[in-house]
Amino acid sequence: MSSILIAEQILNGLQFGLMLFLLAAGLTLVFGIMDLMNLAHGSLYMIGAYLMATLLAATGNFWLALPLAVLATALVGLVLEVALMRHLYARDHLAQVLATFAVILIADDLVKMIWGPAPLMLNAPPSLAGPVELLPGFYYPAYRLLIIGVGLAAAIGLYLLVTRTRAGMLVRAGASNREMAAIMGVRVQRLFMAVFVLGAALCAVAGALLGPVLAVEVGMGENILILALVVIVIGGIGSIRGAFVGALLVGLVDTAGRAFLPSLLNAVMPLNVAANLGPALAAIAIYLLMAIVLIAKPTGLFPARG
Amino acid sequence: MSGLPPRLLRALPWLLLAVAVALPWIAQALDQVFYIGVARRILIFALAAASLNLILGFGGLVSLGHAAFFGVGAYGVGILMVEGVRSAWIAWPLAVLAAAAFALAIGAVSLRTRGVYFIMITLAFAQMVYYVAVGLKTYGGEDGLNLPGKSQVGLGIDLSHDITFYYVVLALFAASMFLLNRLIDSRFGRALIGVRENESRMEAIGFATYRLRLIAFVIAGALAGLAGVLFANHNSFVSPVVLHWTQSATLVIMVILGGIGYRYGGLYGAATLLLLEEVLSMYTEYWHLALGVLLLVVVFAAPRGLAGLLTRKSH
Repeated sequence: MSSILIAEQILNGLQFGLMLFLLAAGLTLVFGIMDLMNLAHGSLYMIGAYLMATLLAATGNFWLALPLAVLATALVGLVLEVALMRHLYARDHLAQVLATFAVILIADDLVKMIWGPAPLMLNAPPSLAGPVELLPGFYYPAYRLLIIGVGLAAAIGLYLLVTRTRAGMLVRAGASNREMAAIMGVRVQRLFMAVFVLGAALCAVAGALLGPVLAVEVGMGENILILALVVIVIGGIGSIRGAFVGALLVGLVDTAGRAFLPSLLNAVMPLNVAANLGPALAAIAIYLLMAIVLIAKPTGLFPARG
Repeated sequence: MSGLPPRLLRALPWLLLAVAVALPWIAQALDQVFYIGVARRILIFALAAASLNLILGFGGLVSLGHAAFFGVGAYGVGILMVEGVRSAWIAWPLAVLAAAAFALAIGAVSLRTRGVYFIMITLAFAQMVYYVAVGLKTYGGEDGLNLPGKSQVGLGIDLSHDITFYYVVLALFAASMFLLNRLIDSRFGRALIGVRENESRMEAIGFATYRLRLIAFVIAGALAGLAGVLFANHNSFVSPVVLHWTQSATLVIMVILGGIGYRYGGLYGAATLLLLEEVLSMYTEYWHLALGVLLLVVVFAAPRGLAGLLTRKSH
């Protein structure tokens, strides 16, 4: 296995992990602060991707469409929070599961009604369409480097927001002990709304950026929701640091697993066994990772609840 | 609070049973034989939902991996049939046993966790079973496995005859509901509910809470496996789709919709959801939207589910 191939897969894993982080951060905050099991988080990601595709087609300018798509999705998130989510905070988890599952159904059909059932075309900006030579002989797509860049910037931004600002302090307080924060005078309703809308915006960034890499289609939300849930469980619910580490772990394990496990198994096992076992093992690698982490640290790597 | 009068509420399941028994005749009279198949499908999922209700509703365990046991039952009977074992008397018990064994293994590990971690661990195990099924290229892999017909029962019972198979499914469903009701009313059932309400107190009194939950989990897994066995026969086909996490989620939705912890919550939920799917898809291509809106109405109008709506508050 060439070191170039390994480096390439590591970068791919990093890229995927950082996008997963954007989704997981929103999800873990919503779960940690509002105690809301939001299955519709993936739907916001899907809406972000679809809006990006439409705005890109309308404006022809990737750099204009991206912030517009994020704003539009944040608006959708705001409406969703006011119309539905805030009525669910007081309900038990199962009622939340039922309601947010209903939102997934509604969102999937609305998207199909507006954009049709076929996947949408979403292309990377032409200026980033080619490869970049990172090291002599090692080429990597420029667009994926952009994703990594934006992901890291978002991670740093979130870190600064949560640790250096007053708003971030309120977020941490809410995640650590919601009742106490409310008693101490935190304006809980506004905080919840802000956290939910922030989560929606992060979903939109991930959806818009991953659009050219993955498919923009109905159901894309459900696929990535599962991964985001695994990430926040590994990282610890309510913790952004946990979401970051968890997302990188999941991104790397999943990418490396799919890339290397089948060939690794081919080397040590008879071909027909490896052909069946390889892809299956690669697919379940992240679940094994989650199980291992939970055995060692039952509340995740960096639990926020103090 | 409004609800049905208690006597009517108690009679309701028997009324439904009477309707179910008479259904094939009614369907034939109305020349709508297609609905026998629909009713059969509803009964199969009602069985799966009822089994989940045992651990979710009465045990308080939110399992997002119940489709795994359904799938093991389905694949069990499917693989045996393809390998030549077509007798229902051999294949069906074996498949159900396999589902129970999976439930024992998965439950033994998962029941050591709590809350959202239990949900995720059960999900993880179910996903593993799903991907193994996808990887089983000899048994169809992702495309699924076509079965060479139905299981053979003998005794003059021919499962390829639609109505006969319907009565077999109905009989098994009724027997399972009878078993579940007896279980819930027994000392075991009461202890299970007790553990759901206050685990530490039950432990302090001296109940082996882990073992209680595990037994319930295995029984639920076995019944889900039975539902899977019937499903594989119903379609003469089995594919990894039945193992996908969205199937587990659908089962959870059925139980919540029907009413968690109500005896017939599984039945009401499965019947309502599947009937709504049938009816709505006749009127519009976008029936997911309509279903989603209806579910939202249920969340706010019937917070304890459909069974809760029918029951007076003093339950």
